[in-house]
Amino acid sequence: MSIDLKTIKHISKLSRISVDEKKAEKLAGDLNSIFEFIEKLNELKTDNVQPLTSVAKTTLKLRDDEVKSKNLRDQIIKNSPQENEDYFVVPKVIE
Amino acid sequence: MSKDKSEYLINRKDNQYEVVIGLEVHAQVTSESKLFSTSSTKFGAEPNTQVSLVDAALPGMLPVINEYCVKQAIKTGIGLKAKINKRSVFDRKNYFYADLPQGYQISQFKDPIVGEGKVILDMPDGQKEVGIERLHLEQDAGKSIHDLDPKNTFVDLNRSGVALMEIVSKPDLRSPDEVNAYVKKLRSIMRYLGTCDGNMQEGSLRADVNVSVRKKGTKEFGTRCEIKNVNSIKFMQMAIEYEANRQVDLIEDGHSIDQETRLFDTKKNETRSMRSKEDAHDYRYFPDPDLLPLEVSDDFIEKLKLEIPELPDEKKKRFIEKFKLSPYEATILVSDNETSNYFENVIKKSDVKLATNWIIGELFAALNEKNLEITESPISAGNLSKLINLIKDGTISGKIAKTVFEHMMEGDKDPKKIVEEKGLKQESDPKALEALIDKVIDDNREKATEYKSGKVKLFGFFVGQVMKVSGGKANPQLVNEILKKKL
Amino acid sequence: MSEITKQSLSELIKNIKDKKLSSTEVTKAFVERSEKSKKLNAYVTEDFSAAIDKAKKFDENPNLDLKLPGIPMAVKDLFCTKNVKTTAGSKILNNFIPTYESTVTQNIWNEGAILLGKLNCDEFAMGSSNETSFFGCVQNPIDKDLVPGGSSGGSSSAVAAQLTPITVGTDTGGSIRQPASFTGIVGLKPTYGSCSRYGIVAFASSLDQAGPMAQNVRDCALLHEVISSYDEKDSTSIDFKRNNYVKELTNNIKGKKIGIPKEYRVDAMPKEIEDLWKKGIDYVKDCGAEIIDISLPHTNYALPTYYIVAPAEASSNLARYDGVKYGFRADGENLIDMYEKTRSEGFGAEVQRRIMIGTYVLSSGYYDAYYLKAQKVRKLIKNDFDEAYKKVDAILTPSTPSSAFKIGEKTNDPVSMYLNDIFTVPVNLAGLPGISIPAGHDAKGYPLGLQIIGKAFDEQNLLNIAYAMEEKINFKNKITDWWIK
Repeated sequence: MSIDLKTIKHISKLSRISVDEKKAEKLAGDLNSIFEFIEKLNELKTDNVQPLTSVAKTTLKLRDDEVKSKNLRDQIIKNSPQENEDYFVVPKVIE
Repeated sequence: MSKDKSEYLINRKDNQYEVVIGLEVHAQVTSESKLFSTSSTKFGAEPNTQVSLVDAALPGMLPVINEYCVKQAIKTGIGLKAKINKRSVFDRKNYFYADLPQGYQISQFKDPIVGEGKVILDMPDGQKEVGIERLHLEQDAGKSIHDLDPKNTFVDLNRSGVALMEIVSKPDLRSPDEVNAYVKKLRSIMRYLGTCDGNMQEGSLRADVNVSVRKKGTKEFGTRCEIKNVNSIKFMQMAIEYEANRQVDLIEDGHSIDQETRLFDTKKNETRSMRSKEDAHDYRYFPDPDLLPLEVSDDFIEKLKLEIPELPDEKKKRFIEKFKLSPYEATILVSDNETSNYFENVIKKSDVKLATNWIIGELFAALNEKNLEITESPISAGNLSKLINLIKDGTISGKIAKTVFEHMMEGDKDPKKIVEEKGLKQESDPKALEALIDKVIDDNREKATEYKSGKVKLFGFFVGQVMKVSGGKANPQLVNEILKKKL
Repeated sequence: MSEITKQSLSELIKNIKDKKLSSTEVTKAFVERSEKSKKLNAYVTEDFSAAIDKAKKFDENPNLDLKLPGIPMAVKDLFCTKNVKTTAGSKILNNFIPTYESTVTQNIWNEGAILLGKLNCDEFAMGSSNETSFFGCVQNPIDKDLVPGGSSGGSSSAVAAQLTPITVGTDTGGSIRQPASFTGIVGLKPTYGSCSRYGIVAFASSLDQAGPMAQNVRDCALLHEVISSYDEKDSTSIDFKRNNYVKELTNNIKGKKIGIPKEYRVDAMPKEIEDLWKKGIDYVKDCGAEIIDISLPHTNYALPTYYIVAPAEASSNLARYDGVKYGFRADGENLIDMYEKTRSEGFGAEVQRRIMIGTYVLSSGYYDAYYLKAQKVRKLIKNDFDEAYKKVDAILTPSTPSSAFKIGEKTNDPVSMYLNDIFTVPVNLAGLPGISIPAGHDAKGYPLGLQIIGKAFDEQNLLNIAYAMEEKINFKNKITDWWIK
């Protein structure tokens, strides 16, 4: 198995991280050596194994339907990179 | 399923095409707080005032599920006669968008809370069953506002995290009319259950519409296009009409259909491709590690079943059997809970037949004219009941009743008072009527002689005269009887 | 009385309760030593003057019934602290000031402790040497240009160098135990669900767990008692009866059955580690415990499993750092351009690498082959432990396959860096508690640690075994204060 530059470009798009040629090549090299080591899992037969998603030995607890969070607009907007009193602001979205 | 006599087909010179439609309805769960956070779900608040730390996806914030939303989804499942899954899993649907603060939407992918069910539609030519594929719970996104600033998009996260039920139908729908009936029926069921208010203006009910076409008689489905986020039944119908014709034209010209996501432009009345969504289509679903599988017991489900009210289908059956309504009348009266409640309140103390006619006829027309819902009716069920009793016991005639009804529409007044105040009471005193009739005969001597000599047609003339003189208040039945004797 | 910063947490508490020391004196002593130790680069954010103010306030009306009365404490910069910058070691959060407090740190302040500052760590806790931090490498006080381990490297360095009497770190694959081992201190990773994850910058949600790092087992038990709590704000928090870990601490472990897993004898394990492990076995026997050979057959598959599960979860957990709501934003022509530049410039190389791995293993066509496969192997690994715990009460292993290495030694070879966590990772995958205690030195005089792995929620037993061994080992850290001129 080998991860090529096209794959790197694809996953960089999915993860919204820009990569130039040089970075893509470095990443491809790194990822290939990491996946070579990950491929070890293929030695195991797991057809009849149930996947484990959480080790927590409990079921999901349910919360009451109560409004507790008040208006936090000032707190929430405070850390946003572009100043505006009411909204989060991002560069124009092109549909 | 009955044979559809009025098939919806798209005709081209040599071919007829059938349209295959499936709907993914997004229904906002009626709840006070959001699915995974404790902020309010109220509509119409100032931007970003109903956003908790969890909704804004601040670092280290974690989701905690709202029990009420889980109950609402299960109740809806019961209303759709669907399988309730005792174990369901929340997954993350990963994609980037300005109004998706976490960078993923918490949804249910492989193991939804509700499985297969069905909805029965009452079409003019019979009933039709539409299969439900599944129902799952998920978070709503925020709102991007593109027109407040030329260079920037503004984001309001008030809706972010509000609970939605996505109800996925099987591709069983075949026409815009069926889609209309389906959405209305679904909305009616959820309103009965109190699980979704179905308010389309406020975005509580939207749908993604999957459309494909195939030549009449073929079994295989054509390639489908998904029209995203349509927020009114009318637009759904228009979009389907446009999209089906677009696809047929492509096929007729020898082209193939691309499976894609499309947008309905309500101004131009056309659908167009949303290419920007395409490259981010790999959602990388995986179970949300911040949440555990949701497990509900049989007991939990059984208790919810006890809370399920009588639903439209059952109510309709009862109305037909118990009150001898026609299927048409019953369908109209059960279409929403408020109407059927109104009806049942009216008939508590008055005649069923008259009540049915007055509600479906006069009341609906009057409400329609004033653009009012039944819950906003100026005439209470109690007062309509009184009006019907006044007709029934002969206090007023049907004709006078219409006048009284008009007065009642102006404000919720007791019909008895209106009758008294306006002196509209029916004259049923035989002595008074006799005097009246004597006078009319006296005034029309010649005609009375003609009648007596065999011109029986003149009887109507005399009735009319008596009614006229009485100002419409004379009891027509008594007038008839007395006239016959006197003449 | 010995020098204030040389005292253990327990000693400091006793001296404050006995009114031999004030909170102000103690806080000032740690502030002073921290000021002199900037070369270690242990702190990302110092909150020293506020700490002294809070200490003075505490002394005005001291509540000595609290568990941490007026004790100053620096914490890993992965815990969100109200009104104090929280960076997770990343440029992307360089300017982020939370308006809320993590449950774990809130529990600490509720018991009277005072925040000294925020400690350096690998970016988003992704690393084993603290070299991935945007704020630079941290020096191990043991020797110059030696890594302190990671990701809780600022924390291990600060405790070993006595810049803070104790601290809390987080552990996703060994991030408490490995740095504890590298710096000669004690580090406990509690059972998954024991400490709330609320307000901790997430790395891999199904593995992350906060835990104490201390100079000795008793201090460790005390802090664990403070931070372990059921929290309704974390759906994976477990509601179980928590012990008074300090009160019930005992060195009597007679008759306890300790398992020795043969699979931990890995290829090319240095003889020093092998010998240390043998010595550990002898200590346990001396304490009257019974040694039982066990097998954890899927041990070799733990690391590959971890490097699928952790990056997958991380790729999604880190999607929220998009330049929209908080943190760093790069200019972009449009939204997508802004995202791509922000994340490319805001995340360091290791974080980007792991996001890429995670995105890949979850992407269409690869999910079953990687992610699902890993979840299945994770089940097998957990089954191994379940099986072993039918026969034993705890398991003894080395903490790391080597002692601390030099800064820069492994930065160009991600896989060799990942191998550092070979003994610690299985514990996270199975959600078990694990503790690393200092147990000896290698030829270079660098500390080496032993790891004890317990049954789920059996932290008491784990602490007792560590406490008993600690007494026998009688470890002394060799720290020369080389960084202070």
